[in-house]
This record gives sequence, structure tokens and C-alpha cells, in this order.
Amino acid sequence: MGKRSKVIEKDAVVIRFSGDSGDGMQLTGTLFSNTSALFGHDISTFPDYPAEIRAPQGTVGGVSGFQVHIGHKLINTPGDFTDILVAMNPAAIRANVRWLKKGSTIIYDSDNFTEKSIQRAGYKADPFAEDKLDSMNLIAAPITTLVKEALKDMDLDPKTVLRTKNMFALGLIYWLFDSRLKYTEEFIEEKFGKKPLVAEANNKVLRAGYYYGETIEALTPSYRVNRAPIKKGTYRNINGNQATAWGVLAAAEKAGLKLFIGSYPITPATGILEELALRKDMGVKSLQAEDEIAGICTSIGASFAGRMAVTSTSGPGLALKSEALNLAVMTELPLLVIDVQRGGPSTGLPTKTEQADLWQALYGRNGESPIPVIAASTPSDCFRFGFEAAKIAIEHMTPVILLTDGYLANGSEPWRIPSTKDLPSITVPYAVRSDKEFLAYERDPKTLVRKWAIPGTPGLEHRVGGLEKTIKGSVSYIPENHEYMVKTREEKVERIVNELPNLEVLGKKTGDLLVIGWGSTYGHITSAVTELQKEGYAVSAAIFNYIRPLPKNTAKVFAGFDKLLVCELNTGQFANYLRIKHQKYTYNQYNKVQGLPFTITEIKDHCVKLLKGKKNG
Amino acid sequence: MAETNNNKYAAKDFKSDQEVRWCPGCGDHAILAALQKTLAELDIPKEKYVFVSGIGCSSRLPYYMNTYGFHGIHGRAAAIATGIKIANPDLMVWEMTGDGDALAIGGNHYIHAIRRNIDIKIVLFNNEIYGLTKGQYSPTSKKGLITKTSPYGTIEEPFKVGELTIGANGRFFARTVDYNLQLSSEVYKEAAKFHGTAVVEVVQNCVIFNDGTHDAFTSKENRDENTIILRHGEKMIFGKNRDKGIILKDLKLKVVKIGEDGITEKDILTHDAHEPNPGIHYRLAGMSLPEYPVALGVIRAISTKTYDAAMMEQHERVQAKSKIRTVDELLRSGATWEVK
Repeated sequence: MGKRSKVIEKDAVVIRFSGDSGDGMQLTGTLFSNTSALFGHDISTFPDYPAEIRAPQGTVGGVSGFQVHIGHKLINTPGDFTDILVAMNPAAIRANVRWLKKGSTIIYDSDNFTEKSIQRAGYKADPFAEDKLDSMNLIAAPITTLVKEALKDMDLDPKTVLRTKNMFALGLIYWLFDSRLKYTEEFIEEKFGKKPLVAEANNKVLRAGYYYGETIEALTPSYRVNRAPIKKGTYRNINGNQATAWGVLAAAEKAGLKLFIGSYPITPATGILEELALRKDMGVKSLQAEDEIAGICTSIGASFAGRMAVTSTSGPGLALKSEALNLAVMTELPLLVIDVQRGGPSTGLPTKTEQADLWQALYGRNGESPIPVIAASTPSDCFRFGFEAAKIAIEHMTPVILLTDGYLANGSEPWRIPSTKDLPSITVPYAVRSDKEFLAYERDPKTLVRKWAIPGTPGLEHRVGGLEKTIKGSVSYIPENHEYMVKTREEKVERIVNELPNLEVLGKKTGDLLVIGWGSTYGHITSAVTELQKEGYAVSAAIFNYIRPLPKNTAKVFAGFDKLLVCELNTGQFANYLRIKHQKYTYNQYNKVQGLPFTITEIKDHCVKLLKGKKNG
Repeated sequence: MAETNNNKYAAKDFKSDQEVRWCPGCGDHAILAALQKTLAELDIPKEKYVFVSGIGCSSRLPYYMNTYGFHGIHGRAAAIATGIKIANPDLMVWEMTGDGDALAIGGNHYIHAIRRNIDIKIVLFNNEIYGLTKGQYSPTSKKGLITKTSPYGTIEEPFKVGELTIGANGRFFARTVDYNLQLSSEVYKEAAKFHGTAVVEVVQNCVIFNDGTHDAFTSKENRDENTIILRHGEKMIFGKNRDKGIILKDLKLKVVKIGEDGITEKDILTHDAHEPNPGIHYRLAGMSLPEYPVALGVIRAISTKTYDAAMMEQHERVQAKSKIRTVDELLRSGATWEVK
């Protein structure tokens, strides 16, 4: 390729692909992200799409977006604001105008800016003037015309021609970043292997987009983002659902158990079931159940029969599973329940992210129902916490709830592939036959864990069930026995704390303010706090992954700070939980319930306000 | 019946040390006894059995069996049993359930277990009443039944267990009566030998809340005239004097008297439990008084591939093609790159 006239070198760039939900923006964004990751950028992605598969065309409600943040330094979030917006129609401008940085580049399909579509998006006549975007770097590309032109010699129907428009936009962006087309070309060949004509058309349009960049070079600068200084190793791109599924698989393998998943499709958790359904080569048995209740009940059955059992769901599904969750509490069988949280209540915002299932996970059941709750922080650490959650379930003979969310599930990032030999071991508390009678609820005196007697083993025949039991496994209505068992189940879960790592503090252990978060707000909170520290504020951050039980050093960490601020994507569930568990502290709150992640800016602004601008000393 | 009883077990080997807590005179006592007797006669190691149940009087049965047992939650026994069987197809999974447990709160799991043809044995105790909650109508209660929740009589049409089961693509359906140990044992053995979801409806008497609901065909004076025991390959003949039979006329079943209107034994239908077309089985399972006798015995038993067997075969097919066996191999599959 020729020499470029204007090249802007940047540490990090945020690009957002945006169009109608049928425009292929999710695929375009994913291909760009993978190409960047393969080049050696650190990346973080954020798909943001409507619940409807094909929402009304051209409307703001139907806009599907995919944001990716690429950089040559560590990237923790998909970025607050965009440097480059690819807008396939006027609605994509309207939907994203609030996320544009000053001086952003907007590449748009000018063929799609007709009077009708402009009005459909809610503008009068000129989107750029009405939203005061005239000072932005606007690149009007007649994408529809150019795509038709590029494919005019091919025997294709108009619909197929128009469906390649996303590849034109992608090609143009590749030119902007001087990226290689190879990965995308290979992807296209594979995806349309059975339709060579369609594959050829897509590749042709991809290149047409790239060459168009050369043609308009004078109009637009191109970008250079250097490789990130990343630790040596083998990497892959991974999203949260895939990482969760693989983490659980790793735990099963480590424990020497085969995996079973019984689940019902639900956004945004379905990817976990899909991923594990693929793994028949590894002996995973998967069942798409008739409903959420059957999902958990088949898993409980499989657990009783000796498999590592998992069921995946989202908020409404967790509600349906709650009675059966208590059956697992009562029978003390290992079971992993993964709740990929979404906006609630009810059907709520199925494709948007939220952290509002925390109380449901902690308290949403009848009776005294202690269940360990764990939350993952980033798409790739879903692997670690999927593994950890399964390990706790197996070693402590208990159901465990793992909380992820839509942001983690769909977001992706490069991941340095671990070796399973470096993962901790998992000891399965099997019952073995002895001269003594097998007692189903006899416990390890230290951990209070009962033994797992697998059906098919001679001499260990026993009965479990939802009715209160004695140590022997017989039904008992004796008042004192019930109280004893309630307290024992509680104590068993509390003692897991002895095996948990301490809560880590990002920054100094004392200071003016500790910003507290849990789960997926990790990236935004730590980025905000790092920036504040650089600006001279005495701020640190602590992000919880272990929610029940809380790490042992929690109070000690809190004691080091003048003020505590709990940031979460709900109205204050974790803050209130902390008020119960650690009553002597005062918790400030910063909450957001818009179905969106925090931005770094809003967390920073809130911290500065709370500190009244006070810096070190 | 040719049984390979090696006398390894006696019925008492299947009795647990739990005190049986059903009401005196309840039909469940007989069902338990028939099951324990049957299992002792089958040549299957005791540790292979798992008895699974939901909630209700029937669902207490696993506590009384000295096998692996799982007393679940209301309506979910079929789902729990499905998970157990898929997890370990070597196990013999028996589900104990009732008309409320299986057909009301658990209706969804019931039809889907049958549709999938999971290799489990479902014994459905049908007393047409909610007993454990002390007498409310169930999905099988006769229309008009007065109960605590239908003080003016129900206005609902009941399910017939056999029709629902066959309608859900059921491959095995049998019916027996609680006190008839011999017939019960016979159909339990057939169910045990069958590969696939086997449903046995046990017509059961709740002595407290719905006493005598089945008397019209189960009482001593009525049973010979008002029931027909179907056996594969045998003529559909019944009655105290074995003088009545069933024929098919104008696409309907019809009860006829042998020797009248020129009807001979030759005209009487021969029971074919193995006929894949469910039409005749559906009609036989739906027969009710006063027009027809109630059919007992194995009404339908057609062998097709079970879900658990199909799953094993699919695993083998995938494993023959894929090279991925371990997590390390999985993590390194697909697009990866090296950072040096």
C-alpha cells in the first residue's frame, strides 16, 4: 500500500459500528476486534443491541451497536466515548450522538440519508446540523452505490448485494487502521464455504471498502495504534459466556468428573448452553430442558447420580429455579447455577446489562437458605470464577450461584491461555463403603461437608429429599433437629471463607476514599480510580468477587479509609448487604440502572464530588 | 413368565428401616408390596435402582425402599429422574408419582419425559384426589366431584392418563389396580424390561378422601364384568363367563356378546401391544364405563430408540470426528496467536 499522508498515532481508539439490527454490525464489530487482537492490541468490546431480532428499520429503537476499544496499553473497558462512529443510517447517528468525543470521525452511508430515513430517525432535515456535529470529521461514503457498483458484474439478487454493505464499512475501517484483511477473508471463506458466489461478493466488497479508503485518503487521517506490551504466551479472544463454560469444564476435568448441563435458552445466558452442547467430544451431556425448572431439576438429578452439574440462566429463570435451588440446599448436592444478569424486573431489558439480581441470589428463596454467591469481573476471568464456583460446589457439597451479566457475557477481550496444570486441585468428597452404616448427613468436623455417595455403589443405598432430615437421612420433624440442621447448613457455607483469598486493594491501603464494587464494574472502577490516583487523589478501589461469604479481611480493608463509596448497577443492593454484614461503616452509594455499564467519567466525577475536590495532603 | 430369579433377593431386602406412614387401608401399601416383590424377582443388583418422586402421598414411597432414593419437589420427579438417567444410563430409574404431581403441577415434565423416551419407569398412582393436602380435586377427578375446593362440584373435564400418555407419543402404557398384586407385578416386570419411558397407571383407592371412586370396576362384584385384562397376542375377551369381547366397527370399538348376532370368537380383536400406530391403543386406554369395560394390563409397548441411547450414539459419532479431548486442547483450538 502507498505511503499515507496523515497518520495519527494513538494509545487507544474507540470505534463503534452502528446500524439497523439487520445490518450485520455485531459481526462487523467482532471481525474487527479479532483482527485487532491478532495484531497485538489489547481490546475490550461491548455489543449493544435491541431485544428484537429485526426491530423496525431505520428507527432509533432498532439500532444495533458494537463498540470496541483497542489500545497499545492495558484496556479495561470498552471505552466511554467513541473516536470513530460507523453509522449505516441516520438513526445510528441519533442513537450515538451522546457518546461521541469532540472531533470524532463519523463515517456514514450517505445513500441512506434520504429525507424519509432522516425523518424516521426523528430529525427534521439535517442530522449533523441539528445535533451540532458539523465540527466533527464527517466522511460521507455512498456505501450502497459503491457496493452495487462493485458487484454489478456478478449474478446476485439485490438482497444479497445489499447484505454485503457491512463488509464495505469494515474494509474502510481496516484501511483507516492499516489492518490486514487476511483474518476476515478467511472467515468469509469459511462462513460461506457452501456459497462460493456469496463468499466472493463479500470479499470483493471488503476490498472495495479498503480501496475506497485510499481514494479518499486526502479527506481523512488514518490511525496507528501500536501493539500492546503484553505478557508472553498464547492468546485467544474470548467472551464471558464462553469463558464461563470453559471454566466449569476445567473444574470438572480437574475433579475427574463428567459434566452435565440442563438449561433452557434465555438471553443473555444461552451462549453457555450452546458452548457446552458442542462439547460432546469431551463427554459433556447437555439437555435443552422443557423449562427453567426442568433445567435445574435435571441438573440436580445428574448431580445425585455423580456428575458435575450446571444450569445457566438469567434473572427471570433464576426466579423459576428458586424452589429447586432449595432442594439442592437441603440435599446438599454440588450444583452450579450461573445467572447472567440482565435488566429487570420481569422481562425488563433482556439484552441490556444490570447487577440487580444480587438480592435474588442471596435471599430469593423460602426458608433459611444459605448459598455461596460469587461474581466474575471481566469476560476472561469468567473462566477463573466458573472454575472457582464449581470447585466450591464440589468440595463443599452445596449449590453455588455465579453471577455474571450481559456486559461480561457478550463482551470479549484477549486472554492469555492458561495451562490446566496450573489450576488448583479439586478434591471430591466421595463416600466409601465401610463396616459402619453409611449416614447421609454425617459431616467432616472441620468443614461440615457431608459425603457424596454415588448411586450404583453397593452398600451406600440411601435416600435424600426436600424434607428435613436427621444425620442418618431419615425424615424428622423434631424441633431441635430442625434448628440444628438450619444452623449447620448456615455454618457450612460460612466456613468456606477459610479457603477464600483476601480482598485486594488497588492502590494504598489507607486514604480518603475507597471505591467499592463487585463483579463486572471492575474495569470501569479500576480505570477511574487509577486516573484519580494519577491526578493526586487519595483514592483506592476494592472489587468483590466473593459475595457470600465475604472475604475475611473485608472490615480491615474498610477501616483504612475515611469514606466508602459503593458503585453498582442497581439501586444499592450490595451497599445494603454490606450494611447488614459490616454495620459500623457508613456507605455512600453511586448507582446506575439504565441497562448500561458505568462510564469512567461518571465514576470519577462522583468521587471528586464526594471528596469535595480534596487531593493528597 | 420366564424370570431369571436367582433368589439373590427377597422382597424384604427392598424394605427400608423407615416406618411406613400411609393411612391404614390406603392402596399405597399394596403398591409398595407389589414393587418390592417384583424387584426381588428381577435379576438386577439392588444398588442400580434409584426411586425418584415428587410430592404427595405416592411420593413418600422412595423412603420405604431400601435402594437409592430421591424425594424431590412437587411435580419435578420426571425432570430429576431424567437427569439421573442421562447422567448414568446404567441405573434403573423408577419414578413414583400421583395424578396431581404428574398431571397438574408436573404436567410439562411428564409429557416431555415421555416425548423424549427417557428410559425411566413411571408408576402413576391415580386416586383422582389430592390426599396429602386433605382432599381437593385433581386433574383426573370425575366431573362434578364435590371436594373442599369444589364444594358445588367440579366443572372441569378430567384427563385420562392413558390418552394423555399416548397423545404425548408414549411408547409404553399399562394399567393395573392397587390391590391386584399379581397383575401389578406382571406389568411392573414388563415395564422394567421395556427400553424407554414406561408409564404404569395404578388405579389406587384413597380410603380417606375419595373412598370407592373406582368401585364401579374394581369392587369384587363389578371387576369381572367391568374390566378387561389385555395381553399381547390374546383375544380381547372378558366377563365372568368370558362371553364378551371387543370388536372394531365403523372405526369405533364396540362391546359384543359372543354367540349373539352371529358373533364368534374369531370376530373378537386380538391385542397387539406392539402396533406402532397409536390409534387403537388410544381408544383402548380411553375406554370407560358404562359403554366399555376399563382396560387393564399392558395396552401399548412399542420399542424405539431411547433418548439416553441416542445421546450415547451421538457422543460416539462426535468423538470419532473431533480431536478435542481435554480442556488444554479446547483452549488452544480455533484462532489463537503467540506473543513473544
